[in-house]
Amino acid sequence: MIKIQIDGKYYDADPAKNLLETCLALGLDIPHFCYHGALGSVGACRLCAVKKFRNADDQKGKIVMSCMEPVMEGLIISTEDKEVKEFRAAVIEGLMTNHPHDCPVCDEGGECHLQDMTVMTGHNYRRFDFKKRTYQNQDLGQFIHHEMNRCIQCYRCVRFYRDYAGGKDLNAFSSRNNVYFGRTEDGTLENEFSGNLVEICPTGVFTDKTLMKHYTRKWDLSNAPSVCVHCSVGCNTIASERYDSLRRIMSRYNGEVNGYFLCDRGRFGYEFVNDEKRIRKAVIRSKREQPAEETSDEILYSTLENTFAPGKKVIGIGSPRASLESNYALSVLAGKDNFYTGISGKEQQLTKTVVDFLQQSGIETPSLKQIEKADAVLILGEDLVNTAPMIALAVREASRNLGKAMATKSGIPTWNADPVIQVAQDFKSPVFIATPFKDSLDELSEDTFRGTYDAIANLGFTVASILNSQAPGLKLKNEEQQALAEKIATTLRNAANPLIISGITCGDEKVIQAACNIATSLHSSENKGMLSVVLPECNSMGLAFMDGKLFDDAISLSDKEEIDTLIILENDVYRRATEESVDQLLKKSKQVIVLDQLTNKTTFKADILIPSATFAESEGTLVNNEGRAQRYYKTIVNKDQVKESWRWLAECIRIKNNADAVQWKKFDDIVSSMISDIPAFKKLKDYFSDADFRMINEKIPRQPMRYSGRTSINAKIAVSETGIRQDIDSPLTFSMEGTHAIPPSSLTPFYWAPGWNSVQAENKYLDVPNGKTKGGDSGIRLIEPKDNPTNSYFKPTGENIEIQKGEWLIVPVYQIFGSEELSSSASTLAKRIPEPFVYLNPKDAEELKIKDKEMIQLEISTVNLSIEVKIEESIGQGIAGLSISLPGMPFIDLPGKGKVFK
Amino acid sequence: MLSEEEKKEILKEVKQYPYPSAACIDALKIVQGHRGWVSDEAVKDIAQFLDISNEDVDGVATFYSRIYRKPVGRNVILLCDGVSCMILGYESIYEHISKKLQISYGQTTPDNRYTLLPISCLGDCDHAPSMMINNDHYNHLTLETADNIIDNYK
Amino acid sequence: MEKPLTQHINSLSIPLTLKEYQKVGGYAGVRKALKEMTPGEVTGMVKASNLLGRGGAGFPTGTKWSLVPMDQDQGAKYLVCNADEMEPGTFKDRYLLEGNPHQLIAGMIIAAYAIQAGTAYIFLRWAYKKAEAILRDAIAEAYEAGLLGKNILGTGYDLEMNIHSSAGRYICGEETALLNSLEGKRATPRTKPPFPAISGLFGRPTVVNNVETLCWISHIVENGTDWFKGLSLTETGGTKLFGVSGKVKRPGLWELPLGTTVREILEEHAGGMLEGHGFRGLLPGGASTDFLIEEHLDIEMDFQTVAKAGSRMGTGTMIILDDKTCPVAFLHNIERFFALESCGFCTPCREGLPWVEKILLAIESGNGRMEHLDILRFQTKYLAPGNTFCAHAPGAAEPLQSGLNYFHDDFVSHINKKKCPWKS
Repeated sequence: MIKIQIDGKYYDADPAKNLLETCLALGLDIPHFCYHGALGSVGACRLCAVKKFRNADDQKGKIVMSCMEPVMEGLIISTEDKEVKEFRAAVIEGLMTNHPHDCPVCDEGGECHLQDMTVMTGHNYRRFDFKKRTYQNQDLGQFIHHEMNRCIQCYRCVRFYRDYAGGKDLNAFSSRNNVYFGRTEDGTLENEFSGNLVEICPTGVFTDKTLMKHYTRKWDLSNAPSVCVHCSVGCNTIASERYDSLRRIMSRYNGEVNGYFLCDRGRFGYEFVNDEKRIRKAVIRSKREQPAEETSDEILYSTLENTFAPGKKVIGIGSPRASLESNYALSVLAGKDNFYTGISGKEQQLTKTVVDFLQQSGIETPSLKQIEKADAVLILGEDLVNTAPMIALAVREASRNLGKAMATKSGIPTWNADPVIQVAQDFKSPVFIATPFKDSLDELSEDTFRGTYDAIANLGFTVASILNSQAPGLKLKNEEQQALAEKIATTLRNAANPLIISGITCGDEKVIQAACNIATSLHSSENKGMLSVVLPECNSMGLAFMDGKLFDDAISLSDKEEIDTLIILENDVYRRATEESVDQLLKKSKQVIVLDQLTNKTTFKADILIPSATFAESEGTLVNNEGRAQRYYKTIVNKDQVKESWRWLAECIRIKNNADAVQWKKFDDIVSSMISDIPAFKKLKDYFSDADFRMINEKIPRQPMRYSGRTSINAKIAVSETGIRQDIDSPLTFSMEGTHAIPPSSLTPFYWAPGWNSVQAENKYLDVPNGKTKGGDSGIRLIEPKDNPTNSYFKPTGENIEIQKGEWLIVPVYQIFGSEELSSSASTLAKRIPEPFVYLNPKDAEELKIKDKEMIQLEISTVNLSIEVKIEESIGQGIAGLSISLPGMPFIDLPGKGKVFK
Repeated sequence: MLSEEEKKEILKEVKQYPYPSAACIDALKIVQGHRGWVSDEAVKDIAQFLDISNEDVDGVATFYSRIYRKPVGRNVILLCDGVSCMILGYESIYEHISKKLQISYGQTTPDNRYTLLPISCLGDCDHAPSMMINNDHYNHLTLETADNIIDNYK
Repeated sequence: MEKPLTQHINSLSIPLTLKEYQKVGGYAGVRKALKEMTPGEVTGMVKASNLLGRGGAGFPTGTKWSLVPMDQDQGAKYLVCNADEMEPGTFKDRYLLEGNPHQLIAGMIIAAYAIQAGTAYIFLRWAYKKAEAILRDAIAEAYEAGLLGKNILGTGYDLEMNIHSSAGRYICGEETALLNSLEGKRATPRTKPPFPAISGLFGRPTVVNNVETLCWISHIVENGTDWFKGLSLTETGGTKLFGVSGKVKRPGLWELPLGTTVREILEEHAGGMLEGHGFRGLLPGGASTDFLIEEHLDIEMDFQTVAKAGSRMGTGTMIILDDKTCPVAFLHNIERFFALESCGFCTPCREGLPWVEKILLAIESGNGRMEHLDILRFQTKYLAPGNTFCAHAPGAAEPLQSGLNYFHDDFVSHINKKKCPWKS
């Protein structure tokens, strides 16, 4: 730390940071546009000007841009100097010469960084009396709206899209005051992180097109801190509501997990909450698959008295997308011996392998922030861009570490964005990718390996054995592959911070075991290395802690006996096993009760269908693939009969126990029970605030101070003002009244600070831009590397799948849009879902005389599909890549052997 | 589709740089040299050939004043409108040419024979006013000499 | 009077071939540097000569070279000749390129050797077609003679030389924007530090020098620093190509000692104003310099002396404002140029220059108001070095600021009369 002087006061400063970040960290309001914590400084907008003085005698000083100014011992700065304030106002005046008078009709209004900066610099009256320049807008797809007239040419969009997210189809065009940001032609923005443009853009050039369908001003939104439910990464979000509908999802900063950003599936997957497929009323079917009758709570409860009568056996099927609390409630209701996880046997086995390993091995499972710090990465078998996009983004950031080191060596600070890119050129930290087919991360990789999962696993086992001779290995027959294994091993060994990433999407246990072996070898020989494993769903990890039985065993059970009552929690079980097995399970169940949010194949078979609350309408805890427990809070007050699944199940338990009242009245009650029953969750109590938490005796408001219409919002229903809806489950209120202090990060419902109405206010919530959230980043890790682990290796279990001629190894191809259940029902996102397809190698296609986009027949086990072919050069001969879990597709156990023909 | 000749010429330029993408401007000029201007199709073809995105190429193409992203006539007249040429009377030459060809700066004659564009400055200030037509340079312009020079271009 | 740069240039005939040039002593400096001197000694010599860059900025050339790291890190290093002469009113580099290409090539070989660059580029503006053809032939000759390519003159030094012809845009003349352009990108300038000597072309150590600067190198190496210093009338050293354009009897270009007065260049060499035209002022070094007026005519043309008079010598090619040319129109033409040539990266330049242009047009067409003058004056303060990302807008501010000062009455009369007094 060094000492610098700002406006006559002395401060300690970190010499690695630039002056602007330092000032922002100190809470000083320095106006700025082009600087961004994740993107660094470029010095384009010239708004962050301050005065620098050579010494105490220097009265005149010199205007410098604080974002480009290194922090040095003895620096003397004025932020309030008259000349520099005049300068900043002049910068805004310059921007205003062309900025249109759109505020009243612009989506950004009320949370606009340009509005804030205009007010902050004091520029007001217009002197410019000439014509403004205008542009034509482009249709950039369903997610992002384009309004170029509003552009202030801060260049943030292209720096994020191209430099940070690796996107190719957005660029700056033309020059001078005609600079244009867009594509060469209209078309959907291809990059998976395009949605972040709506937060990155300081004006209304790029705005959320889904929000436009039900536009609401920021100050009118009621918000809650939330967690994304569309994959296992668990990015932090802010869910916002008005008139009982979910309006949008924005990013909530978490310095360990997602930083400032979200992927497009997480940002735009929310519309399923508002979809017409939502189950909003409890229904009872008198006869299976007949039209159902809506029923009241009372009638439902009295019906259930029979269900839970003594002697009746209840089987509970849990879900990896339901909260810990809901799964727990089901396990209490059914009893531990009757609680099944509701995922396929293979998935459960793979998940267990992973969780056991991470708990026992002493190997660190990294957060996304830690992934960004890796200086060598091996991706074994997982298509990150589609399964866990934000991990792919973190790997991108990690690949830039070598460039940053080169820059540092040349004396260039790493916050100086463009010079770092220039010095780095195409040098990257090494990334190796071993997958059956290509993806957009390939461009980062030093080497890619394409093959079957067997081959990928064998490569992994070989790498592990090279790193440590104790690891069982096999010398690869193919010389090229052996050389690659050696190269990978050497690279990992020489790295300071090596990382292995794998995942269970492949469905192949050998790949996971190989990844674990590599991590173990690295750890025991070199005492370093991290392992990250992608799991399928938002609470796959949480469910794994709960010791459920195998879903396949429930099916086996139904082979032998009839089941009295089957309760399925938030799970379309037709996605878990073959149609035949599930049909049988349901047929052999005398009564099927389903609790869910959207209608699906399973809900149509329910005898009793109960409306569950989504993440936006409930409070719940999820555990991400890092083992981090995080909590989402309610933003929509439940309407109709929609209730949290755990509350429904609490009623069922009351009925079963013939009690007067439910044992869990509020959320904290069930959490207490859960923690005492499951020791693995003990840390939850220490970390999460319960509903009694107050900040100086006040609750935390969900609504900003300027929230409007509270008294009149329901006037068309009833004129008298209704009382404020109570939230007994959390320290948040459904009102704008409450503390004005900055809440803990896990309880932050929106970003606002005096003078900062836009999302840039989030810098006030961080210790330093792109650093940690004040008071600590959200979430608590439930898995920490064990001290003194026993290093044990998995043995490569022979059985490589042999493929005969005329057969193909079918491998799964996960799609960012479509393969995940909930987001596939988001009306806008659903338009991006491709038709089911199969990747075929061009030579294979030629032999079969099949052309690109032709329909073919694909046969695998009992499934027969008519499906479109996509010729894919990168996939090997004899391997076919089948898109999985797209709407309408049946469950298929992959990888497996199958046939393809015209 | 890039012609074989265009590809050959571009590859020759690529040789002088450590990365193919560095030949982006050279590639644009080569294609323009063959076709007179750079179309949307040509942008895509160049992008594919140099293994960069369409946006990479077009972001560069639209920055530079001598890359034409709209069709131009057979002969491009670049009349210098720099300050020295202004002092020495380019404006009257411009009025004259504009009247003669019935086009103003930025336009092309209906028969596609001439496009008239400004350029500043041609680096011939001591012999102003100056202009270029295609790759040929002319100076000491008068109304008469301008006429004769322009008429020579078919 | 010695005229080292132009002695072999005859603008009425074709330039000397390599053989002819060698006969009159050409490439002797190359032989001396590569065979008898170390790279460090060459840099030391150029540093000692105090050769100041001739592109307009006047930065000491030897100092620029000495910033290049000379430790062997095996990576590439580059020498780039900035032949993107597009400053309005400037035409000196064309003369050197078309007149004696080998003089430049010889200088480039020595400069590249001094910094141990393996590749050299000539970044040539698009419009100089004749120069391009001449340079290509000259480079081919040099390769054939073993003066370029592998193992030059048997010394073990390798140098490849390429010509990159541009696609327009004035900002390419800014050395870091030039590097971006040479890399096939949009020509926005780069921030400094890091300087090109540390991270330049493709992120590698690079030196960018002007044509006229590089033409000096061989002469300095051959004849020594004392000789070089002796050529000028001031402390600076060397001669300079001075030019005059505008309503003078003999617009042209002359190689004269640094320190020659403005008056001598204007009246003796350019023959004074044309019949019926009076002198009002001049921009001493191209469009991006401040006006000098009658009272400055006896100033010596040199970097420091012109700076003391509140202007900049810049490229040394003078644009004369006569009394039959409207100063507002003159400034409007210049500011329109700068507004159109802004790269668009930083706010003050991108938004301020078009505003300035629109105001000047309004005043010129009789629609100006007195408030407009306040705005113009404010813009000249606002577009200062350090306030903008590069020197483009500050350059645009120079003629505007001095013009508002010296020709204030002309502005006021446009506004009051609601028309341009120069238009009948």
